[in-house]
Amino acid sequence: MTNNFMLTYLLIVPIIGSLVILFFNENEKKLVRWIGLVFSLITFIISLFVYYLFDSTKTDFQLIHKVLWIKSLNISYHVGIDGISLILVLLTTFITPLTLLSTWNSINDKVKMFTFSMLLLEAGMIGVFISLDLFLFYIFWEAMLIPMYFIIGIWGGERRIYASIKFFLYTMFGSLLMLVAIIWLAVYASNQLGFFSTNLLDLYKVGPLVSREIQKWMFFAFFLSFAIKVPLFPLHTWLPDAHVEAPTAGSVILAGVLLKMGTYGLIRYCLPLFPQTAVEYAPLISILAVIGIIYGALVSMVQPDMKKLVAYSSVSHLGFVVLGIFAMTIESMQGAIIQMINHGLSTGALFLLVGIIYERTHHREIEYYGGIAKIVPIYSTILMIVSLSSIGLPGLNGFVGEFLILLGSFKSLVLNSWWYTIFAATGIIFAAVYLLWMYQRVVFGVIKNDNLRQELTDMNIRELITLIPILLFIFWIGIYPSTFLKLTEVSTQSILKSVASFTYDFLK
Amino acid sequence: MPTNVSEYIYLMPFVILGVTILISLIIEMVSKESELILPWISIISFFIISLYSLLNINQHFILFNGMIEVGGRSAIFNFVFNLGALLVTLSSVDYIKKYGSYYGEYFILIQFSVLGMMIMAAASDIIMIFLGLELMSISFYVLAGINRKKLSANEASMKYFLLGAFATGFIVYGIALIYGSATTTNISYIVSNFSSLIHNVIFVTGFILFLIGFSFKIAAVPFHMWVPDVYQGSATTVTGLMSTTGKVAAFSVLILSLSAVYFLNVTNTFSAYFAALSTMSMLLGSIVAISQKNLKRMLAYSSIAHAGYMLIGLAAGNIESIEGIIFYLMVYSFINLGAFGIIAIIEGENDSRTDLDAFAGLNSKNPLLAALMSLFMIALAGIPPFAGFFGKYYVFLGAIKADLTWLAIIGVLSSVISVYFYLRVIVYMYFRESNYNFQPYLTPYAMVSVVICGLFVILFGIIPDLLMNIITDAIK
Repeated sequence: MTNNFMLTYLLIVPIIGSLVILFFNENEKKLVRWIGLVFSLITFIISLFVYYLFDSTKTDFQLIHKVLWIKSLNISYHVGIDGISLILVLLTTFITPLTLLSTWNSINDKVKMFTFSMLLLEAGMIGVFISLDLFLFYIFWEAMLIPMYFIIGIWGGERRIYASIKFFLYTMFGSLLMLVAIIWLAVYASNQLGFFSTNLLDLYKVGPLVSREIQKWMFFAFFLSFAIKVPLFPLHTWLPDAHVEAPTAGSVILAGVLLKMGTYGLIRYCLPLFPQTAVEYAPLISILAVIGIIYGALVSMVQPDMKKLVAYSSVSHLGFVVLGIFAMTIESMQGAIIQMINHGLSTGALFLLVGIIYERTHHREIEYYGGIAKIVPIYSTILMIVSLSSIGLPGLNGFVGEFLILLGSFKSLVLNSWWYTIFAATGIIFAAVYLLWMYQRVVFGVIKNDNLRQELTDMNIRELITLIPILLFIFWIGIYPSTFLKLTEVSTQSILKSVASFTYDFLK
Repeated sequence: MPTNVSEYIYLMPFVILGVTILISLIIEMVSKESELILPWISIISFFIISLYSLLNINQHFILFNGMIEVGGRSAIFNFVFNLGALLVTLSSVDYIKKYGSYYGEYFILIQFSVLGMMIMAAASDIIMIFLGLELMSISFYVLAGINRKKLSANEASMKYFLLGAFATGFIVYGIALIYGSATTTNISYIVSNFSSLIHNVIFVTGFILFLIGFSFKIAAVPFHMWVPDVYQGSATTVTGLMSTTGKVAAFSVLILSLSAVYFLNVTNTFSAYFAALSTMSMLLGSIVAISQKNLKRMLAYSSIAHAGYMLIGLAAGNIESIEGIIFYLMVYSFINLGAFGIIAIIEGENDSRTDLDAFAGLNSKNPLLAALMSLFMIALAGIPPFAGFFGKYYVFLGAIKADLTWLAIIGVLSSVISVYFYLRVIVYMYFRESNYNFQPYLTPYAMVSVVICGLFVILFGIIPDLLMNIITDAIK
């Protein structure tokens, strides 16, 4: 059964890559970059194999690999995937080589350590998505902070120290409370099942039986940790700092994958482990999500800095995802998952694009630019497409996710009100305002600044290679989303059905 | 019951160390070049003893009419003491020579203190505990001030001595009251009658005085006042020894004194005492450490906080949490020895370069040292996948099993606070440029000691069972 090792290969290849890099000299920058790229590409190819082996019609977890790890605590190395994990793993393995490629020239200092951190980060993120043991999950969840902390702290902007520590402390605060809840749940399970267990499949049976009063505390311990990561309003304040100070590659990974760990956690842990509390508090959480959508959009609108603008737009976009999850209909949940991918692609691409001109001019203020369409036409076209995809233009990817979320939340029995949908929809309008306004000020008009003529050059081949795959998926998801929807449909249904079976039949 | 002759065979570790001490004393007297010989004699005997203890964990005996216990619990602690002392001696070899502060007594006093710890951990009579404690403490008082030309070392030694003597007073008074009420100093008798003795006011008073005395030794708030000055003033390697094995020894007595609770399921009457001390230590240690600029002082407060985490286990008082504390103690020893080892490498003449500033830009000077220091800091902060995380995990697990979830929550909250100052060390090493112009004085022995610590921290993080199985065997 070699197939069972597939996920482990996926996890181990980047780790091997990072260890290989340690043996090279700091000065062989080019070689180190290539090794990093090659290993991340191998990981991507393995993930395509995983996709090929995956059967999207089954509800159970697949490609399970389980080995007893800590015998005294009955903790196993236990990995497996369903459709939702798979699509996020694919996103991770897809984005990582692109970010490595994007930093080819911009990161020249300590290249060895940078590539090392990026590969470890990739392994950590994959680990989070494939763990089926809460303890293992927690270890990946925390361990992944370390490389990200270094990426922001070493290669970041001026206030990088502040931003990196804030990022670390925020995340740590949430996740340690989650640790207490995990242990509590495992101890509770040992009373119910007769053995101590952190196995997710065991705990799925135990979690819903916890008394409501305690379940509430447990739910919020998990929820807080995920909500900080998402980030949900009002826990979002670390995000703009981290995004703005991080190097382009850091921002792309942060927006592209890291934030998805929060929403993934909500789907994988919060809903099925504590279904009663999740349903009870769904309206309250959705209100926060909707506030986030509008707040994020309004704050984006007034940002003078492009990177900050994109950072705040993440708060808005992730609000949609949370709304989709807690509306608890098949459509909204499917939409939320697609929106997670969309946000990874579109916002990731926006950060890459901002990074590309920042590399040339060392300015990110919108003020500084104007009329660059005449100087860099290819760049301007790609920026247009990506902005439109982020706004949610029909035919591009953003539309599919947002439409499904709005549709689902409209008919949701759990939320049972139109107002969520109506307010959330205004978020899309605001998105059009802030992105198009930014686009207009940067790209159109007369060339404000004569320096730009010398500084700006159009995108080179390497930069095109980083962005074209993303554009491909932007169109693919927009035009034919069923490739992706089919992948997650069964898993989504099974999660919602299990929630419904413990509460009431809100799926009808 | 073994015969009298074989009692000495089972007592092998003590005999070996005793003989080593005598030989070392003679060498120091007759040889002019004792500094070349003594460390290696110590290292060899520490190594043999730790290996012997590790292999004889299952040989459990009580010797000399119930005075000393070998094997089991005592063996696992002997292993930590000797391994810890070995690592300290290894990094002392260069440190002590570095600025011409070699005194022959240094290595012999370390041997004496280890013998004291071993007696403490192996005691099955309260008088033996006291004997071991004094042997250890007096060696420590001298070691703290071993560099007699240095004012701060003198201050440290004096403070340590005064407060240590004060704590000893508590302990002796406690022992007297316990003896008065139990009519014996035999621990196994006291343990088996614990449930009836606990209703005796004199016994409880005595027991609490005894606990307070040892609370001084483990540096728990509010008995922590001596810690920062002593840790900062003593030679860095000595601080490493005091903060790890010294603490383990004191904890071994506290663990022993609760054996009625986790072996015989007697109600943990003193749970509230430990919980209160634990809460105060965790919070005060973590919060005050934030404002420290001196790394040794910061680690002193961090050690107060860690005493707090370990006390959670005593408050919980079930077998899991006791195993957890032992795991935590062992892992913490390796982490701290590594961290102090690195500080000793960086340290300059007259206490200079123990500030955070000295660590600025260390990554560009020596990436390996910076990476190891980051490893130790991250492990101290309890971030997986390193060993420090499992220490906390086991202790929190015990607390939650004992329905002390609130204590575990305070524990994690203070962990979040502590992350800030541990990360700050990394900030200095990686994110800032150096403003000191020095190269770390790298010496092979000190590096070996630090690297061994690092390997243990990684190994027990990836395979915690390796250590946990031994502990479970020992405790049975």
